[in-house]
Amino acid sequence: MADVTTYRESVAEGIAREMRRDDTVVCLGEDIGAAGGVFKTTAGLFEEFGPRRVWDTPISEQAIVGAAMGAAMTGMRPVAEIMFSDFLACCWDYLANEIPKVRYMTGGQVTVPLVIRTANGGGLGFGAQHSQSVENWVLTVPGLKIAAPSTPADVVGLLATAIRSDDPVVFFEHKGLFASKGAPAPDGHEVPFGQAALLREGADVTLVALASTVPLALAGADRLAEQGVRADVLDLRTLVPLDVSSVLRSLERTSRLVVVEENPYQGGWGGTVVSVVAEEGFELLDAPIRRVAGANVPLPFADALEEQVIPTVDKVVDAVRALVDY
Amino acid sequence: MTEATELLRLHETMSVIRRTEKAAHDLFMSGLVKGTTHLAAGQEAVAVGARAALRDGDYAFATYRGHHHAIAWGATPAECLAELMQRATGLNKAKGGSMHLTKAASGMLGSYAIVGSHLPMAVGAAWSARLRGTGQVAVAFFGDGATNIGVFHEALNLAAVWKLPVLFVCENNLYMEYTPIGSVTAVANPAADRASAYGLPAELVDGNDVVAVQDAVVRAAQVARAGDGPTVLEARTYRHYGHSRTDPASYRPDGELESWLERDPLTVSAHRLRSLGLTDDDIKAAEDRAASLVDDAVDTAKSAPDADLAEAFTDVWADGGAAWRT
Ligand SMILES: Cc1ncc(C[n+]2csc(CCOP(=O)(O)OP(=O)(O)O)c2C)c(N)n1
Repeated sequence: MADVTTYRESVAEGIAREMRRDDTVVCLGEDIGAAGGVFKTTAGLFEEFGPRRVWDTPISEQAIVGAAMGAAMTGMRPVAEIMFSDFLACCWDYLANEIPKVRYMTGGQVTVPLVIRTANGGGLGFGAQHSQSVENWVLTVPGLKIAAPSTPADVVGLLATAIRSDDPVVFFEHKGLFASKGAPAPDGHEVPFGQAALLREGADVTLVALASTVPLALAGADRLAEQGVRADVLDLRTLVPLDVSSVLRSLERTSRLVVVEENPYQGGWGGTVVSVVAEEGFELLDAPIRRVAGANVPLPFADALEEQVIPTVDKVVDAVRALVDY
Repeated sequence: MTEATELLRLHETMSVIRRTEKAAHDLFMSGLVKGTTHLAAGQEAVAVGARAALRDGDYAFATYRGHHHAIAWGATPAECLAELMQRATGLNKAKGGSMHLTKAASGMLGSYAIVGSHLPMAVGAAWSARLRGTGQVAVAFFGDGATNIGVFHEALNLAAVWKLPVLFVCENNLYMEYTPIGSVTAVANPAADRASAYGLPAELVDGNDVVAVQDAVVRAAQVARAGDGPTVLEARTYRHYGHSRTDPASYRPDGELESWLERDPLTVSAHRLRSLGLTDDDIKAAEDRAASLVDDAVDTAKSAPDADLAEAFTDVWADGGAAWRT
């Protein structure tokens, strides 16, 4: 096995491992078959598993997710792809009203073990309808699990957990990370949900990040280290379940919190993290909390403008500096 | 004579449904049923005829007007009424209510209150049946109003291109909520006329004749099980009550209800039973059995304990719980 792999290749690898293990796992989505997906995240699956397991669909987001739901209710483990996460809005009924509620409102009679994978986030100049970071949309709906890996190995490990889960999972792959490289996942790799990864240990500030903001937080921590500020960097890895215990444990050491999230500040997941900290960890804090989040504007096209509105290393460093000097 | 015996059984099931709905109506008036109900009185033949045409384990998906499908698929009047009366013994543990009656154990996989949403779920269940090689078919029951929803078209197209064993059964009761379907629809037969756009066969069925429904569904199921894909059935029928509990249906032209009552499904089947040699006493005995079953169900539901408060926090996840954080 190569000693590095890409995030993009890890998506196909993670799905393939589960398809080899369990033949109730099937994939469906637009262009995912012989074409290998618009982001090439399903490359090789059609060749290995054939048209009985890997299904090209029409451009019908509601039918894709609705059919995945029906299949999941009746013995399959479908992995549905929604090409860009912005398009989740086209099948939002299924995410908001159908998939997360059916188990509850049937009194536990029906289980929906499906995964909806989608390419999330900005940074690539795709404009306002192909760049949004929409974890916060999903977070507003009780009944959906949310995973958003930041490394190739986590892609595989979290996909394993997602596909084996009897609960519905929305799996956010970040477009800006597809080309990033890292260690491949070991055989049988599984990353449990609800366990943040402590990627770096410091004593001065806790940086809480997810997916695209993990490398930003790590780069920020490097720069801060040069200035003598030591940061804990936590990668949440999943938003539901949310590992607030690890955040509180880190704050016991650092007493300062900066949350770095790409979705808009308004309604962003960081708001949930800080509200739990405010309720349960207030005494741990020596400074106000800061959130570095997307701005409340549609994402602009030009690189320079996009940088204005999404988190950057500079913004992370500035936020931390403001707290350290507090 | 078996034909008459079988028809008498269907007549009795239709009577059970009719009586259960009458009980729901009366319990609503006396304040024991809360929320809302959408009664299907007048449409029993569609549910009962379809179920009679299918096999044990075939899947059904219904709408908020789904009491008749739930009972046809094996839900007891006692568990349905207990659900409507918010009792712990309710079909959905009092977490679903009238609009969400579900009997998953016998393949009735839910009643969905977002118009049209369940059509792709039925497509997915049929896809799953095909992948698992079980020979099951799935049937989606929906109102005429659903045919103008986008997902109707997505579902028909996907089912057609994948040639899935799914039946689309439109209960055309002439009205959406209060608006006649004809006044907002470009074609005369809202489901059947559109089937050809997807290359699908369609049939107009007398929805008040349980035998006609049964025969049409037998034919469509044969086609589906042979691997030849979906059929669209449009059953003309009529709801006796208004759209929901608060609707007096004053928009209906004079005489319309009366003319449909002459062709009430129970009247039609009683007439046929007589032509098959059964006596009025035979028919009355079946109706009396239905009446006493429902009377007992009302007593059982009334004496059932109230909803268990702990159930508010169960069944979000497959592990039975609702935890969203560590
Ligand atoms: C997507 C959506 N839009 C609107 C409604 C409100 N609504 C509930 S029932 C109904 C009428 C549906 O008519 P039809 O499909 O013909 O079914 P019927 O009530 O006649 O069985 C409407 C508009 C809804 N539940 N879902």
